[in-house]
Amino acid sequence: MKSLRYLENVVTLALDEDKCVGCGICTQVCPHGVLVLRNRKAQIVDLHGCMECGACANNCPTSALAVTPGVGCASYIIQSWIKGKENSSCGSQGCC
Amino acid sequence: MNKPVKQNCGCGLENTQPSHNLLREMLPMDRPPVKDEPCCGPPPGPPSDPNERPGYRLCSFVQGFMPTPVGPVPRIKTLLDTRDKLGTWNVRMGFGRNDYKVAPGLYAVGDPAAEAPVLVTANYKLSFDHVRESLAGMDAWLLVLDTHGINVWCAAGKGTFGTAELVQRVLKTGLAQVVRHRRLILPQLGATGVAGHRVKKECGFEVIWGPVKAADIRAFLSSDHRSEVAMRRVTFTFSERLVLVPVEITLLRKHLVYTLAVLLFLSGIGPHIFSWPAVWQRGVLAVAAVAMGIAAGCIVVPVLLPWIPGRAFALKGIFAGLFLGTFPAAVHWNDSSISYWSGPALLLLTTALSSYLAMNFTGSTPFTSPSGVEKEMRRYMPVQAGMAVMALFLWIGSAFLMK
Repeated sequence: MKSLRYLENVVTLALDEDKCVGCGICTQVCPHGVLVLRNRKAQIVDLHGCMECGACANNCPTSALAVTPGVGCASYIIQSWIKGKENSSCGSQGCC
Repeated sequence: MNKPVKQNCGCGLENTQPSHNLLREMLPMDRPPVKDEPCCGPPPGPPSDPNERPGYRLCSFVQGFMPTPVGPVPRIKTLLDTRDKLGTWNVRMGFGRNDYKVAPGLYAVGDPAAEAPVLVTANYKLSFDHVRESLAGMDAWLLVLDTHGINVWCAAGKGTFGTAELVQRVLKTGLAQVVRHRRLILPQLGATGVAGHRVKKECGFEVIWGPVKAADIRAFLSSDHRSEVAMRRVTFTFSERLVLVPVEITLLRKHLVYTLAVLLFLSGIGPHIFSWPAVWQRGVLAVAAVAMGIAAGCIVVPVLLPWIPGRAFALKGIFAGLFLGTFPAAVHWNDSSISYWSGPALLLLTTALSSYLAMNFTGSTPFTSPSGVEKEMRRYMPVQAGMAVMALFLWIGSAFLMK
């Protein structure tokens, strides 16, 4: 996926290293290799490769990772602008 | 059979529940021999399958039932037949994909024992088919979650492939009575919806994150649940992008009818107020410009994604639109009955459409972040709207400005 990169300096992913217990689950679930485990602590090594899927934050047992997760889909975002996020759903007319 | 469900495909465990009498009933019974006597009409078809039950339909991918402490569990085939392949083709073309699902519940692959691994997947038939095909020759349990017929990743994003559904499905199927271990192997892309540590707390089963692709399950299981780095990364190869093109186009059907109707109407406006010959003559050009916009935004951008300049999809769509848009714009350049202004109008129309459609392709890719998509939308949607409005003004105006 190194050949396909998206916009830089937009990602909301943040890591609180003090909270990290080094379980390494985030490095397993990230589909883009954004995080690695070094000296028993998670580290963000490719911030701009993050697609904000939220898998790491969802599986972090100590909430050391935070991200505003969402669907990177224009149709969904247009819906959320019109109807508000709470009334929008991804894939209403058959995207994914 | 407490709750007969009409046409319930897959016969999930909750529908085939408890009784052992039922299992005895499922054994083939003695049948009177069919006499080969002359009769009216064609020869009779095969007799009913012994596993058939009133109100249920036996799915073609089920090849029998295996007894378990919680009742019979459907044993599924690992070889896809013509019906499965036809179904795959249909949904890839964008037909019937909102209702292409199997019944959630527990299934058996091969002859699984109490120590056999439990794999978890979505009830989108395409996901289910991928997984069972990749399990050929293996013994395993397959726990299918109710994701409303959506694939694992999208369902995880929506929360239907989620912690609550997984815990409920484990409890509802009585999985703890079927297997001796307490491990569930989940597809890695389900991690957006499932929190492994909460699953362990709520139902006692440990979540093991398997590979991204079903095709790697065999290697994952044989390497003692260790994934190579490559198995943990999403890809978006040429063929993976190409396979999405038909759906991208068929999703436009409804909007396309309205767009073309409006464009044909606008093409008829001119010095004679409204002219049917103009609808035909100029309308064809407008339709060609739309077709090129769709080709650029829904085919060229997805297929040539890494090679088109720019990171924003809307920008890639502008480049593709400018390139393909020159064809309908230039085709009547020497036609004295068409104004010079028609060309720029058609080029702008193709480019605006291509940029918008390419921007919408962000939702089908596995690497665009919502923050990034929103940023490019705020930047490029005004540009697209501006181009579209200018295209329409020029198109109507050009009818009054003949060469």
